[in-house]
Amino acid sequence: MGDKIIIIDYGMGNLNSVKKKFDRLKVNVIITSDPHEIESANKIVLPGVGHFKKAMENLNNLNLIPALNKFTLIDKKPILGICLGMQLMANNSEEGNCEGLGWIDANVVNFSISNKLRYKVPHMGWNQVHINKESLLMKEIGSQSEFYFVHSYHFIANQKSDILNETDFEYKFTSAVEKDNIYGVQYHPEKSHETGEQLLKNFINL
Amino acid sequence: MLTKRIIPCLDIKDGKTVKGINFVDLRDAGDPVELAQIYSEQGADELVFLDITATVEKRKTLVELVRRVAQKINIPFTVGGGISSKEDVSALLNAGADKISINSSAVRNPELVNILANEFGSQCVVVAIDSRYVNGEHIVHVKGGREATSIKTIPWAHEVEERGAGEILLTSMDHDGTKNGFAIELTGTLTKSLNIPVIASGGAGNMEHFVEIFKNNDADAALAASIFHFKEIGIPDLKNFLKGKNITTRI
Repeated sequence: MGDKIIIIDYGMGNLNSVKKKFDRLKVNVIITSDPHEIESANKIVLPGVGHFKKAMENLNNLNLIPALNKFTLIDKKPILGICLGMQLMANNSEEGNCEGLGWIDANVVNFSISNKLRYKVPHMGWNQVHINKESLLMKEIGSQSEFYFVHSYHFIANQKSDILNETDFEYKFTSAVEKDNIYGVQYHPEKSHETGEQLLKNFINL
Repeated sequence: MLTKRIIPCLDIKDGKTVKGINFVDLRDAGDPVELAQIYSEQGADELVFLDITATVEKRKTLVELVRRVAQKINIPFTVGGGISSKEDVSALLNAGADKISINSSAVRNPELVNILANEFGSQCVVVAIDSRYVNGEHIVHVKGGREATSIKTIPWAHEVEERGAGEILLTSMDHDGTKNGFAIELTGTLTKSLNIPVIASGGAGNMEHFVEIFKNNDADAALAASIFHFKEIGIPDLKNFLKGKNITTRI
């Protein structure tokens, strides 16, 4: 595998669990917060757990946004956002009322639950994903496969064609998106046993 | 649909798995990393590691164990036992743990829940509560259940939710080790009055006990140790059994 895959470290959560899964797959990845590394990368993983606004501030302070924009929008190389990393790809989020990277026409909102004692937020645990369109990222992954989720805010994709997965909670929400070279998953493939491993393999093989 | 979770618990002492019967009489049940891997392959949804003899000098052993576990398994796992500071949590999360659980230290210093939730996010803060029925009240116990407090279980669970806990791990000491079933009433009371998930623990003895705790949504997840360690119940069999009873788990 000659691809240079990097995991962006912008101070949002533990990146080791993501890196460990790549190690298990015998794929060399670099954890970095250096914009110069982005220029020479072939693929990027943008993970993240935590607060949306803080995440955008950190990306800004580390001067990562111009390099990420170039990688994603101009060079059009594959990028995978995981959890908060996916949410950052949207236009904006209710979490901190903050602008996102705007790569995907979408908004991130808090779960609006009526039966709060039945549908607890964070939405945490294993839930099924419906596969909405054909995708190399979903290769050998069955529709209704289960992935591990932990999140309180969710994605609303404004363009139906961008929706890769949907998941049922009290209501249906967008659990993965794909737009050209841009991939985002709300769930944690690095925690989702063999199905998650398959997804990461699919990303590596893109 | 969000599935009910089956969580094997590994009590760790000196790097080995043990399980107490009513918290005493420990028996050796194997190597934790090996067990963790087996459970992960069999379809466990998460794992919990509780270091029951956590002392300062043992801390490094636990961190090392967590690192080894994280390399071998790809499902979420929680680590608890003797955690009392941000630094403890940071070391365990960096070693690859997904969540940490605190118990006695939260009782001693409730502010710790806020501190950890603010620093690391509620999603990784589990508050474990050991509860025993004493003189008509459910009472919180600390130090591995050895010491009673004056705190009542239900208000305590609500307090830690307010403070930012992401999940409650409720162990009924009255049921633990008895194999007579989970504490359905107490667990259900918490599950139906809290906005965060509740893990039922203590008392699992057969597959029917899991049906009983899940069928009316009295718990979001169920934890057990010895019945899994001694292969009295296999996780795939349990999940198939639950499916037959219309309880959804990840299969």
